[in-house]
Amino acid sequence: MKDKTVTENRDKKKRKEKRSFGGYFLCLILVLYLFLFFFEPERIMDSLKSSGVMCIKIVPILLVVIAFMGILNFFLNPKSVAKHIGKESGMRGWFWAIATGILSHGPIYLWYPFLEQLRDQGMRSGLAAVFLYNRAIKIPLLPVMIYYFGTKFVIVMLVYMILASLAEGKIIEMTKG
Amino acid sequence: MKNKREETEKKSKNIAISLYEAFKSFCTALPTLFGVILLISLFHTFVSKQMISSVFTGNVPGDTFIGSMIGSVSAGNPLTSYIIGGELLKDQVSLFAVTAFIVAWVTVGIIQLPAEVTFLGKRFAFTRNGLSFILAIFVSIATVTTLTVIQ
Repeated sequence: MKDKTVTENRDKKKRKEKRSFGGYFLCLILVLYLFLFFFEPERIMDSLKSSGVMCIKIVPILLVVIAFMGILNFFLNPKSVAKHIGKESGMRGWFWAIATGILSHGPIYLWYPFLEQLRDQGMRSGLAAVFLYNRAIKIPLLPVMIYYFGTKFVIVMLVYMILASLAEGKIIEMTKG
Repeated sequence: MKNKREETEKKSKNIAISLYEAFKSFCTALPTLFGVILLISLFHTFVSKQMISSVFTGNVPGDTFIGSMIGSVSAGNPLTSYIIGGELLKDQVSLFAVTAFIVAWVTVGIIQLPAEVTFLGKRFAFTRNGLSFILAIFVSIATVTTLTVIQ
């Protein structure tokens, strides 16, 4: 009971800190927009329009991520997280991080809250890094990449990128980043 | 029968609570996410393809480093990086530099850094982005060297 209250208080504090940082950050960007507006009004209007379009575009993926987080909240517990992507996960954890990283969609920043939640439940930091690195490999975009750089280039680069992701994950775990 | 129904109702109520908690947690993230979106749009509006290609010098090691740096501070759809990369190759920029550029574009996120720091911590975000920057150079050297050997 006491543990639960401590965790809840910690979560509340964390959420409050996050909200105030986000508020300051957003204010800073808005001040930058306002400042630039005096020099480049047309470009700033274009930029705002493009932000609006981007916001509309991310709505579906935002809903998917929220649904994922909700489902995880419901089904996962620290024990199962530890088994699949936690300290006890071993090779399976690396495999899951690579596979889910490659298969995940949408902008990278939408996945940060999801990873934060998993890490709070016991996910290894190295696996979070592997997941983020492998998000760089986008299967639907491979034909375009092949068109510009050729099949051999793309295959060789992807193999090295997966190896690099594992190296990054290992280093992060060693340094406890 | 009644017990089963009660259990199902309890379960759906718990799912609804879980979803609400996730939504609440996401709402906390919204100001940071909006800030990142505004910053990305600003980058797209003010930094042109020409500006990017003008910073390469023709010196291969230097250009590889510059490629990784420019890729790191850029953001947006990876498709854009392929298009710019293709244009850079046409402008005789080395494949080492272009590879470092497209790898860093998708693995390093300086513009998204405030959001990454907020959710995953300062230490994790800085270590991950620093390592990704260096690894973009390594991946570029390894890829182009391998291609030269097998071709």
